[in-house]
Amino acid sequence: MNMIAPRRTRLVLVGNGMAGVRALEEILARAPDAFSVTVFGSEPHGNYNRIMLSPVLAGEKTFEAITTHPRCWYDDNGIELIAGEPVVGIDRAARTVTGAQGTTRPYDVLLLATGSNPVIIPVPGHTLPGVIGFRDIADVASMLTASRTGRHAVVIGGGLLGLEAANGLARNGMETTVLHLMPTLMERQLDPVSAGLLKADLASRGINVITEANTQAILGTERVEAVELAAGTRLPADIVVMAAGIRPNTALAKAAGLACGRGVQVDDGMRTADPAIYAVGECVEHRGAVFGLVAPLYEMAKVAADRIAGIADTNYMPAVTGTRLKVTGIDMFSAGDFTGDAETDDIVFRDAARGVHKKLVIRGDKLIGAVLYGDARDSAWYFDLIRSGTDISELRDTLLFGPAAGAGTATQGPEALPDTAEICGCNGVSKGTILAAIGKHKLTSLDQVRSRTKASASCGSCSCQVEALLAHALGGNYDAAPKVKPVCKCTPHGHDAVRQAIVAQRLKTIPAVMLALDWASTDGCASCRPALNYYLLCAWPGEYVDDARSRFVNERMHANIQKDGTYSVVPRMWGGVTTAAELRAIADVVDKHRIPTVKVTGGQRIDLLGVRKEQLPEVWRDLNAAGMVSGHAYGKALRTVKTCVGSEWCRFGTQDSTAMGIALEKMTWGSWTPHKTKLAVSGCPRNCAEATIKDFGVIATDSGWDLHIAGNGGIKVRVTDLLAKVTTEEEVLEYCAAFMQLYREDAWYLERTAPWVERVGIETVRTRLADTDLRKALQQRFLASQRFAQQDPWAERAAGAEAHEFKPLASVE
Amino acid sequence: MDGHFAPDSVWTEIGRLDDIPRLGSRVVRTAAIDIAVFRTSDDRVFALHDKCPHKAGKLSQGIVHGDSVTCPLHNWVIGLADGQAREPDEGCARTVPARLDGDRVLLAVGGL
Ligand code: SRM
Ligand SMILES: Cc1cc2nc3c(=O)[nH]c(=O)nc-3n(C[C@H](O)[C@H](O)[C@H](O)COP(=O)(O)OP(=O)(O)OC[C@H]3O[C@@H](n4cnc5c(N)ncnc54)[C@H](O)[C@@H]3O)c2cc1C
Ligand code: SF4
Ligand code: FES
Repeated sequence: MNMIAPRRTRLVLVGNGMAGVRALEEILARAPDAFSVTVFGSEPHGNYNRIMLSPVLAGEKTFEAITTHPRCWYDDNGIELIAGEPVVGIDRAARTVTGAQGTTRPYDVLLLATGSNPVIIPVPGHTLPGVIGFRDIADVASMLTASRTGRHAVVIGGGLLGLEAANGLARNGMETTVLHLMPTLMERQLDPVSAGLLKADLASRGINVITEANTQAILGTERVEAVELAAGTRLPADIVVMAAGIRPNTALAKAAGLACGRGVQVDDGMRTADPAIYAVGECVEHRGAVFGLVAPLYEMAKVAADRIAGIADTNYMPAVTGTRLKVTGIDMFSAGDFTGDAETDDIVFRDAARGVHKKLVIRGDKLIGAVLYGDARDSAWYFDLIRSGTDISELRDTLLFGPAAGAGTATQGPEALPDTAEICGCNGVSKGTILAAIGKHKLTSLDQVRSRTKASASCGSCSCQVEALLAHALGGNYDAAPKVKPVCKCTPHGHDAVRQAIVAQRLKTIPAVMLALDWASTDGCASCRPALNYYLLCAWPGEYVDDARSRFVNERMHANIQKDGTYSVVPRMWGGVTTAAELRAIADVVDKHRIPTVKVTGGQRIDLLGVRKEQLPEVWRDLNAAGMVSGHAYGKALRTVKTCVGSEWCRFGTQDSTAMGIALEKMTWGSWTPHKTKLAVSGCPRNCAEATIKDFGVIATDSGWDLHIAGNGGIKVRVTDLLAKVTTEEEVLEYCAAFMQLYREDAWYLERTAPWVERVGIETVRTRLADTDLRKALQQRFLASQRFAQQDPWAERAAGAEAHEFKPLASVE
Repeated sequence: MDGHFAPDSVWTEIGRLDDIPRLGSRVVRTAAIDIAVFRTSDDRVFALHDKCPHKAGKLSQGIVHGDSVTCPLHNWVIGLADGQAREPDEGCARTVPARLDGDRVLLAVGGL
């Protein structure tokens, strides 16, 4: 025991971000056991894909989904992670680093990867709360909070980062303005024509862009309230995002006396002025250049790893980078020199109607730059031509039309590319590397290629091309996971697309939808027909004629079928309150029709079980006569509103929860919803009505009502999220109606509120309902559709409607 | 429309085509069993014992689409013409010959 193992080299990484952790991975791959590693990070979590903060802000991804290295990764690799403690000093003589809380670690090799900081323009007011950059997950959280409580957002800077921030804020329901100093957007990546198209595309997403805008001051007392322009214009602002550039984070290196210019200066081997200290990422300056995209940083990581692991003396070579904007629905790509000069030629294509603009810049017989807007499918091909410096004189005539045109074949996409072509720009992975990995490791899915080669693992914009390569390599064996989940086997369209088509094309019958969307089967199936019936009912209240043949048996029969073919009957019991008269009537019905079982349900009402089909209309008639209507216990509809006794009787009750529940049930009963919908109202936080596992739950407090949404008992229990706190009964009803309608209009058929909210994000739902105008409009639409929905289906049938459902056609002996 | 081979004597008129909703079904009761009579969207009629081969669900209560009906209890899809359960399920509901004579719906129940 206690044998002294050869001491491992002590490697300390400062900066737990994209470049630093990539360098660690490269080092571990080269020399798994040579180092004992400590990582210091200012941010209090493992490493995540910073690029993907934009989709997180836009509600398209969760933080978990973009976390690339959770804490267990560090544990599994024997790495000490000191997260949440920035390093504040390097003692180069003693070879130690010290953190803000005093943690000190010795090093043999130190790797700096401190990234960069957003440039905060020092206009008056720039230190007010509510003025932030867009750099880390904490910034995203601030923006989401602002979008919940405020209405107006101002983004300063119309580059990649600013526009992605603006898109995310707008997607969260904020009225968003982008202020850009220059005459056109993204002037470092786009020519003026594309920039104009982009401005129009953003306008159609509700983003207001002001160019040549000079910010004079940020106004506010406690926190930001407005932004003032030099022209005198004042824009209201609940949040201001500064996206006017980034500056390498050199503070630590400077204090340690390392040579710094704009960034920490490194040689071609990524070594700083001190031979024991390396630096990679956005914090460095290499041959006078600084960086802002991951592709070059990953190259640096490889070089540093080769050097630190002592494998090879590789050198970092700067290369052309390409840029894409990650705004869903906007397809653009830009690389190289797209402005040109007297010696260059431009080839330009423009299709204004489709919003497509392409510009290629050629010097001599080489392509040196490209801007593609509206259709960037061929970006990988152009990018390869630029980087390889290929002689394009032969291709020149058809260059603008992509690889397919020149090859004279119908192939489009990456099959046509040479093996050297780079498919994943972020990670520098070529077509050849991907194909080799597919062949060698028998890869069959995008995820596998991603984890093997890192292709499409960063910004994800090349996923389609990687999939195309998989399809090409595997032929018929590749089964691409569909991008959207189709409604059913009868159609490739997803639920959202179908709903949109119904409204946009004013489709008003099931056959019309099937015709317009090329349904594959003549009359659909048992999955799509009920979905379409619901979507039409929701889109055209009062106008669409319900199709009984597209209803599941329970909804057609207005009772729950049982395993023996009999039915159960559950009358509505408003807010769980009943009377002696009602109970007496129920007892009489049970006796008269010899109903075998009577049971109190989990939804605070009474179930009559074992009623035969032909008895149903009679049973309903008798219940109707005593004032009872259908409880819709059988429907994708408003089910029960559970309540507790509340302040009328209970010694803890703070509000009249029973009356509140009855009011809610009177408002919502009869409505059809994507899946069943349940409500509850509790009179105090003891929550006896279990409001926190309901689709819409209300809990009374001393000062009013807490509104909760998207809870679920049942198969997968989910506790509600708090939607809002309100004070009056009117507000409870208003929020409830608006929530019901948002769910009705937005969710997929058979999706309960819990999975729906998980899918679209609680923030999206909160912001939409926090907007007073939007909320009132939703409420109005709900109440309008309720005018047609609140007819008791039992009364209609007891009076003879749909009689054929309940009687045999004939009896034959 | 199957079963034209049945002798005339066994055909019984059980109703008119319009008694059965398109893409719907009605039940014909016999001493021994219930028969579900289906009408497709293109006005063909089929008849099956009203008993799913799985757990005896009432097929007359299912959703009719194309040449099939989906059982209301556990969503098996049963072929109307042959009573056969569609893959991956296995089983067969008994068929009853049915045909149209003008708008009269005839079942060959004589032999039952
Ligand atoms: C009658 C009742 C049980 C009882 O005797 O208490 C009941 C009975 C059925 N429940 Fe339930 N559920 C009943 C309360 C509940 C509750 C409790 C509640 O509402 O507070 C839950 C959990 C809460 C929730 O929904 O989040 C509940 C969660 C389910 C689920 C699982 C839902 C889920 O999202 O995971 C199903 C399955 C489904 O809907 O797909 C289900 C399905 C059913 C069905 C409809 C199954 C079926 O398709 O035949 C049962 C119908 C029986 C019948 O013919 O009446 N039942 N069911 C309760 C009727 C309440 C009422 O008055 O309307
Ligand atoms: C919203 C957004 C979208 C982007 N989109 C793209 C894109 O589409 N394509 C693309 O190529 N690039 C994109 N980028 C840029 C890309 O994210 C960066 O180039 C990359 O993250 C830089 O890596 P890095 O390791 O140098 O810095 P970072 O990833 O920022 O990591 C540096 C880390 O060091 C920490 N740190 C700093 N100082 C200390 C200290 N003293 N002690 C301890 N820790 C410290 C920081 O907190 C940070 O966690 C985007 C960036 C953002 C913010
Ligand atoms: S929720 Fe509160 S007020 Fe209502 S019954 Fe329970 S303890 Fe009483
Ligand atoms: S009884 Fe028909 S599917 Fe189960």
